[in-house]
Amino acid sequence: MRTLPRSALASLAAIVVAVPVMALMPLVLQDYAHGLLVGLMSYVTLATAWAMFSGPTRYISLATVAFYGIGAYTVAVLGDHLAFAAILGAAALIGLGVALVVGLATLRLAGIYFVIFSFGLAELVRQVITWFETTVTHTLGRYIFIDVTTVQIYWLLLGLASVSLLLRWGIENSRFGLAVHAIGDDETVARHAGVNVTGVKLALFAASAVLITLAGAVQAPRWTYVEPSIVFNPTISFITLIMALLGGANRLWGPVVGAVPLYFFFEWLSVRWHDQFSIILGLTFVAVVFLLPNGVLALFERRRDADPVDRHA
Amino acid sequence: MLEATSLTKRFGGLVAVNDLTLTLGQGEIVGLLGPNGSGKSTVLNLISGALPATSGEVRLDGERITGSPAHRIARRGVSRTFQLVRLTPSLAVRENVLLALAFAQTPVTGSEARDRADAALRRVGLAGQGDRAVGDLNYIDQKRLELARAISTAPRLLLLDEWMAGLNPTELREAITLISSLRGDGMTILLVEHIMEAVRALCPRCVVMSAGRGIADGPTADVLRDDAVIAAYLGKAAHA
Repeated sequence: MRTLPRSALASLAAIVVAVPVMALMPLVLQDYAHGLLVGLMSYVTLATAWAMFSGPTRYISLATVAFYGIGAYTVAVLGDHLAFAAILGAAALIGLGVALVVGLATLRLAGIYFVIFSFGLAELVRQVITWFETTVTHTLGRYIFIDVTTVQIYWLLLGLASVSLLLRWGIENSRFGLAVHAIGDDETVARHAGVNVTGVKLALFAASAVLITLAGAVQAPRWTYVEPSIVFNPTISFITLIMALLGGANRLWGPVVGAVPLYFFFEWLSVRWHDQFSIILGLTFVAVVFLLPNGVLALFERRRDADPVDRHA
Repeated sequence: MLEATSLTKRFGGLVAVNDLTLTLGQGEIVGLLGPNGSGKSTVLNLISGALPATSGEVRLDGERITGSPAHRIARRGVSRTFQLVRLTPSLAVRENVLLALAFAQTPVTGSEARDRADAALRRVGLAGQGDRAVGDLNYIDQKRLELARAISTAPRLLLLDEWMAGLNPTELREAITLISSLRGDGMTILLVEHIMEAVRALCPRCVVMSAGRGIADGPTADVLRDDAVIAAYLGKAAHA
């Protein structure tokens, strides 16, 4: 049996401690804060799930909102027909199916082509749903009446965030951790070391996509009314990406570290500087990419002069 | 143990490898020679599965490997180094070797993998360097690491693509000793090399390519005296 490095055990301990603490938050905080908690946990999940695939493999995906929207729309369509748990199961399966088809078709694309495709995918899904709703069902918007409380939604999202973190922890501490980093560096080397590169990439992309789909599905009841332009808003993809990059997409805790401050920052922006929101969002994006290409955690680690290749932090 | 039959690779109009037939016996060390651009690296790429062949086939111990993806060929015991060093810089030195062990035919992980990785590093002269970052190694040590990764899984067939280029005379002598010791482990080795001193010392037999074709195959001394080989390297005029 392999012995885990101390930093890996510390990370696992941090998950085990943080999850119960976060679970108790709604009981401590006032009602008005519950909405903030849901938004925060949603982005923690999205950023962590996004970085699970895009961090080590360096395939920058802008398809986040495609899956997020698929999740939300599944709830909108099935809301009156199935129990919430069954709807979530259906959403996960649909997300998985789309991820496998899209992954098989596109994971051969390198670098910038994949970025463009993933961005196009979100638009494609949105247009297809809009077309379907206007020409087949003749209803563009849908109402969602599902009896779920805000706190229950928060707990479901916390569960998704925990699963994302634990899954990534498990990958990093198995032989697949070596494989995903090798794929990010040089796919030819990974192949010649015996790694089924296409299989690993597809599995990661699918796992990440299913978690993102579920994050969209879980939150759908909070909207009450949905239409494609609401749930397929590309800003969600960009915010997720900036959060993960700010903390460090290549590290287990990076996306969380990036998501927490940026979520509150963007919330404040959207209230205080509503009209300038997109401009400041764009500037933040540029600043993160230029000033912190490897994320805050890398900066901190360099200061500490620690093990140069510690990825568990 | 390796039979390549009528191997051909076309890149558009360019025929990089043209109807090449090549056989390696168990435990042989064979040199693959030829002027630049004669298709040597392409042959290694066709054997390792880095490139698909246009036609022809490669068999390893009787089993067809052409058409298999590179990772399957690697798991069947074909390891290689690259002409320009290729490593995984986001992994530490030892982890580069652990990667190959973890995805071998019989995956090795945990403390056994660590021991085997360290043994491979020791063997190539990188003892005690396992925790360093790849970027901190100099070029020669990066080449050593690449070899450690290739031999850690005890492959049946080792493909070396100009692994000895750039070594100084002392390092070259060490490299020659190291590579001949690998044959003692039962590896069959096909090496592409321009350093004749190494080829003479290591390879009893050589295959020479020119413009994608095999033009000579036989004992090294005979092959290097062959008229066609001299013409390929030096041009007809030099052969007075």
